Amino acid sequence: MEYGLDLEYSFNEFLKGFGLSSEIAHIIWLPIPMLLVLVAAVVGVLVTVWLERKISAAAQQRIGPEYAGALGVLQPIADGLKLLVKEDIIPAKADGILFTAGPILVLVPVILSWLIVPFGQNLLISNVGIGIFLWIALSSIQPIGLLMSGYASNNKYSLLGGLRAAAQSISYEIPLALSVLAIVLMTNSLSTVDIVNQQSGAGILSWNIWRQPVGFIVFWICALAECERLPFDLPEAEEELVAGYQTEYAGMKFALFYLGSYINLILSALLVSILYLGGWGFPVPVELIAKFLNLPINAPFIQVFTASIGIVMTVLKAYLLVFIAILLRWTTPRVRIDQLLDLGWKFLLPISLANLLITAGLKLAFPQFFGG
Amino acid sequence: MSIAITTQIICFSVLSLVILIGALGVVLLESIVYSAFLLGGVFMSVAGLYLLLNASFVAAAQVLVYVGAVNVLIIFAIMLVNKKEDLKPISDIKSRRIISTSICLTLLSLLIRVDLTNVWSLSSPQNSIREESTIRIGEHLFSDYLLPFEVASVLLLMAMIGAIVLARRDVMSKDISTGLPVDQELIEKSSEPLLTNKN
Repeated sequence: MEYGLDLEYSFNEFLKGFGLSSEIAHIIWLPIPMLLVLVAAVVGVLVTVWLERKISAAAQQRIGPEYAGALGVLQPIADGLKLLVKEDIIPAKADGILFTAGPILVLVPVILSWLIVPFGQNLLISNVGIGIFLWIALSSIQPIGLLMSGYASNNKYSLLGGLRAAAQSISYEIPLALSVLAIVLMTNSLSTVDIVNQQSGAGILSWNIWRQPVGFIVFWICALAECERLPFDLPEAEEELVAGYQTEYAGMKFALFYLGSYINLILSALLVSILYLGGWGFPVPVELIAKFLNLPINAPFIQVFTASIGIVMTVLKAYLLVFIAILLRWTTPRVRIDQLLDLGWKFLLPISLANLLITAGLKLAFPQFFGG
Repeated sequence: MSIAITTQIICFSVLSLVILIGALGVVLLESIVYSAFLLGGVFMSVAGLYLLLNASFVAAAQVLVYVGAVNVLIIFAIMLVNKKEDLKPISDIKSRRIISTSICLTLLSLLIRVDLTNVWSLSSPQNSIREESTIRIGEHLFSDYLLPFEVASVLLLMAMIGAIVLARRDVMSKDISTGLPVDQELIEKSSEPLLTNKN
């Protein structure tokens, strides 16, 4: 299935028109999607922070940010600037190297995972063969950064927060990976593009959420736990641990944690929409609409239209999930650490295992519905 | 020399340097915490080498298993027991160091010998596997490597059952090593909130 815009090809052809070799054209092309995705991620964070402030205000019958720009839309930028110009403090008894490396190790894997997020058939940085598995592998690096910053702070709250964070992400990684495995079983591929294409047959009816309802719920709970969002924000439980592993951090290093957690939230929402909600697919297949309007599917106008619809749909679905996550954060109480680990190991793990087994059985019984 | 090959050579030399220096640091550094974190760095660089060899699935598995599970577990254990106390000085430290160094050097020479005598280049068209490597690994696991695969999974299952038995000692009424009845009070922590006990 090779259709849709191929911007890389057109761009390379365009540069070759100026007499550049294909290698140099490729090198000039390489940073462009990376920068674009990075900018998209940061803008996404700004939007999410604004949404978080406004929705929390609405949930608590306040007004929220109001004066920085219309409806306070510039408030996240003001927050960012404040963090940027704050003094960078390393506590005297802290371990300087590990203290600095911790936040970087938390942020980098999250940003690297954007490599595989597709906004359209060819609108992703790299359609690597291992696709979704890369994300699972990268997200397993994060606990090291959390442990590192918790240890380096030389503070009992930080150490406890770091240990809790690591325990939490280890225990929720397994059901997460198992529910992804059920999807991969249905798709016969690890690539995110293939996963979306497999759901594109009949619009909203062919989305994976109907075939994997249990997997969807397990994945969403685990994704929230991986992002350390309430009800699972134990690592930074204010009443117990001051701010967990972030206690000693200030200025830009704190901002890296902040950025990391929000980028991770958006990434998880995007991945839920890719794995279960049809990715860039419109609820009614675009091909059907084009056929209905008697338009050729390969016309440039239709191609651009399809691509923009794809981006809008991906972002819309992701932000719907972000909205649900924010609502959950401001309406649910926090669980206890033993409840959290019980939920992960004794409930989600067996359920996701059973889900995988049933999916495998259904795939054998009804290959036309569950991927042959 | 094309740009792609130059990039590969730069990546390879940086990764090998990180592996060598990191591995030396793991062994030679006094602080056990630094050693553990450096070990993670070494595992990551090895994954990078796999990536350079077009084995992306193996690289991701390396990150997931060695960095995400093994290394995190090591760091976890160190941090749970990390008391800042001075270790007792070992009396014959010098001779011990000499013995361990010589053993390591012997192993190294053995590995170098294997490296030099073995014929590494493959003549078959398997050189151009690239993105299909995941599928190839699956095919091999379920055909000619089926027995090792199944044996490994049985081993893991045994380890898992063992861990569950160790963690949930309430299913056993007797202590395995001493034969004495197990004090259930100590094992089953009350899951009720503390406040309800005061009424």
